[in-house]
Amino acid sequence: MNTVTTGDSIHVLDDRAAQVWTKGSSKEFACDRKSTAGAVTQRACAFCGSRVVLYPIADALHIVHGPIGCAVYNWDIRGALSSGPQLHRNSFSTDLAEKEVIFGGEKKLKASLIELIEFYKPKAAFVYSTCIVGLIGDDVEAICKQVTQMTGIDCIPVDSPGFKGTKKSGYQAACEAAYKLVGTAKTDGIKKHSINLMGEFNIAGEAWMIRKYFERIGVQVVATITGDGRVDDLRRCHGASLNLVQCSGSMTHLSKLLEDKHGIPMKRVSFFGFEDTAQALYDTAEHFGDSEMMDKAEALVREEIAKYAPRIKAYKKQLKGKKAALYVGGAFKAFSLVLALRALGMQTVLAGTQTGNAEDYEQLKEICDPGTVIVDDSNPLELAKFVLEKDVDLFIGGVKERPIAYKLGVAFCDHNHERKIPLAGFEGMLHFADEVARSVLSPVWKFAPRRSLHMKTNLNPGND
Amino acid sequence: MATNTDCTTTAGTPALGPEPEAATRNACKLCAPLGAAMVFKGIRGCLPFLHGSQGCATYIRRYMISHFREPVDIASSSFSEDDAIFGGARNFELGIENVISQYQPELIGVATTCLSETIGDHMLGMIKTYQDNHQAEGPPLVHVSTPAYSGTHSDGYFATTLAIVKKFALPSNFRLSHRVNIIPAMMSCADLRHIRELCERYGLSSTLLPDYNATLEGGSWDAYHRISPGGTSLEEIEEMGASTATLELSHSQANVKQSAGSYLKSACGVPLHSLGWPIGIRLSDQLFTSLSEISGREMPSEIADERARLVDAYVDAHKYVSGKTAALYGEPDFVIGMAAFLSEIGVRPILCATGSKTPQWKELLHNEIEGGMADVEALAGVDHAKLASRARERKPDLLIGSSKGYPLARELGIPLLRCGFPIHDRIGGQRQLYVGYRGTQQIFDRVVNAFLEAKQEYSKTGYSYL
Repeated sequence: MNTVTTGDSIHVLDDRAAQVWTKGSSKEFACDRKSTAGAVTQRACAFCGSRVVLYPIADALHIVHGPIGCAVYNWDIRGALSSGPQLHRNSFSTDLAEKEVIFGGEKKLKASLIELIEFYKPKAAFVYSTCIVGLIGDDVEAICKQVTQMTGIDCIPVDSPGFKGTKKSGYQAACEAAYKLVGTAKTDGIKKHSINLMGEFNIAGEAWMIRKYFERIGVQVVATITGDGRVDDLRRCHGASLNLVQCSGSMTHLSKLLEDKHGIPMKRVSFFGFEDTAQALYDTAEHFGDSEMMDKAEALVREEIAKYAPRIKAYKKQLKGKKAALYVGGAFKAFSLVLALRALGMQTVLAGTQTGNAEDYEQLKEICDPGTVIVDDSNPLELAKFVLEKDVDLFIGGVKERPIAYKLGVAFCDHNHERKIPLAGFEGMLHFADEVARSVLSPVWKFAPRRSLHMKTNLNPGND
Repeated sequence: MATNTDCTTTAGTPALGPEPEAATRNACKLCAPLGAAMVFKGIRGCLPFLHGSQGCATYIRRYMISHFREPVDIASSSFSEDDAIFGGARNFELGIENVISQYQPELIGVATTCLSETIGDHMLGMIKTYQDNHQAEGPPLVHVSTPAYSGTHSDGYFATTLAIVKKFALPSNFRLSHRVNIIPAMMSCADLRHIRELCERYGLSSTLLPDYNATLEGGSWDAYHRISPGGTSLEEIEEMGASTATLELSHSQANVKQSAGSYLKSACGVPLHSLGWPIGIRLSDQLFTSLSEISGREMPSEIADERARLVDAYVDAHKYVSGKTAALYGEPDFVIGMAAFLSEIGVRPILCATGSKTPQWKELLHNEIEGGMADVEALAGVDHAKLASRARERKPDLLIGSSKGYPLARELGIPLLRCGFPIHDRIGGQRQLYVGYRGTQQIFDRVVNAFLEAKQEYSKTGYSYL
């Protein structure tokens, strides 16, 4: 039966019960699991994980080895900007047909790579294996070796069949692939106070904003990985003396490799919200033990906050007491969002992620208010359930979550990689406040049926 | 230092060098399971289920949501490595159980992916085993084979309409004299609503397969619907075998081995009117002629008035468009319909491209273009890179197709008329009307105004009166 439901009539699947937790309960909480079949997870697959991590490397050729679907669905869908080459915004695929699935796709891959390299002259090529390739057993590594020898361009296999683990396994495959470039160029000209910005995807130019902060306090940014990424930057990023890891889900593996093999320490940071951005700059200055840098950082923070705080304060007045739900990809983003919403006078009543681990969720539990529902690897029905039960005013998520909010007359803020508005840094906080306010305070909600239950009778007087 | 890639445009092609042929660059097609999901979304209470890795379902959901801006829940059996090796039966069963428990669907539409096809999962057997294990309780399951390595989303779309009528339509000894079946191509929600309305004008009730007009463009909700309301009911589909006629609004289906319409004809004896996507006066005339024949009624005066106004508009604006050229791309049926329309208003469709390799597509296109094909390039099975390279050479005045043509339009400095699927950089793609005189009027106005706007925009003086 296709029934109309309210929040309390939607149930959580037994298989997933341990992945839904309320702050204040003593229940166990589970995460880091495969998605349950038929649960309609919001997660994608391992292939997607690898693709999203490496895709912003703008002067590399990215070719998806497999039938067409995997390549075409992520053709230029994300907002990772490049200050130069735009090669990453194309979708290249071997587009395997039936006969290649039967007889193997190696020949087509080789021919494709040679032609594409000849034509586009990329700095390197990444070859993503999809489900089919994982299955038919094409020797992608051998083809990559051959083509590297023939063309002199590094062709790097990315072992990412969709079924191979979760999206996180794809992150790992991407890090392994990226690491193949690390250490292959000289580190001349890299200063002592230098960093790599890792897990920064330059959505709407955010990496450029963050880079400027560091330049202002005298820190050299060697590589932004992978937003506005360049092959040559990756080759020499082992020359940096500190890794700042923003999206830990995607980049922890690469930063660990850099730590283990090159002795570069890592720090987890966030550039979302005033507090976290300031903290990231202070942590860096502290790491380098440079008092002049710390002075500069403090001055920068003061100056920037002074610029934006008054307008944010004005928004806070209007948003105070509103309730928010958030469901995002990685956990670090969730922590920052809880704090940023609090800075706007709003309360987070539902927080969830696609890929958080136990440690992440411990931290999330700590910063949330009692009664907050925390979900791991959720699905549309569960999210709708809590939107209704908690009667939220705002939902923060990505494209797949948007219709859940809008159908129910709830404001929405896009905080995933497809957005076109920079939300990072001090300036980003203003954009965030502005984005939230424009949705939450929009006059359209009064027409939403759920917000205007009497409309029916008003429109049809006498029809009680 | 400038790198070689600096001259790369967002469309992705540097100015020089021989074009790569082996790889697909910026495909002008999507995969077959997306087409299947579209059709399943057009059936009441149906939940689409993709048997394979979960990424397929998530990607397709994301892609459809970006166009329709509606909830698109698609389940997956979420294959892991073990399932890829040992088969997906276990996950299939669990997945179906979870879907029933959460969504309480009236039908589950099971489509395969390239993964489950390649490991050779026997879907019919698995469905039977599932139903045996559950004493055939629960909703029916319909299966369609949609490996992504053969065909495109259009093929998946029509394969699914065929699978559904094969499974549910019942042969009948009597005819429902005022009922027609409509098998539309991959049209907009507004098109589906308009076709239904047109049938009603002729006193006919219609069963559209699929009918996602409400499920993919519905109202705002006062409570949560597990499955969006709307769609063709299973009872209606069962009765399709008793309708008085079928209208198949797809040129490409006329040439395939078997279509939903031809099945209804051969298995249930329902007469088939094989038509095209009715854009433009001539193709719309064919639709109305069929409706007249079936209903025994003359064209209602409101429709005749719409036609008259459209002819009047053609005349009023003919000089603004006559002699102009356009490049268009998209689903094979859309391109034929659109090319027919453009050629009848005097715009030469000099580049007609589709990512599909539909049998005899060029011949079908040829038959619909007024003034012959001498200057028309018909590109079947192409990608956007190839289209871009031909467009650079042919220099059309206008580009017509999905949002995916934007980088090319920007590069060439010509307007892009966003039509078809997906339209994800503008709002309202799903309610854009193309069919019938009314739809033609809308698309005609858009075409003319695109030319006028370009003329105004690029003139040195900036005309204020045209």
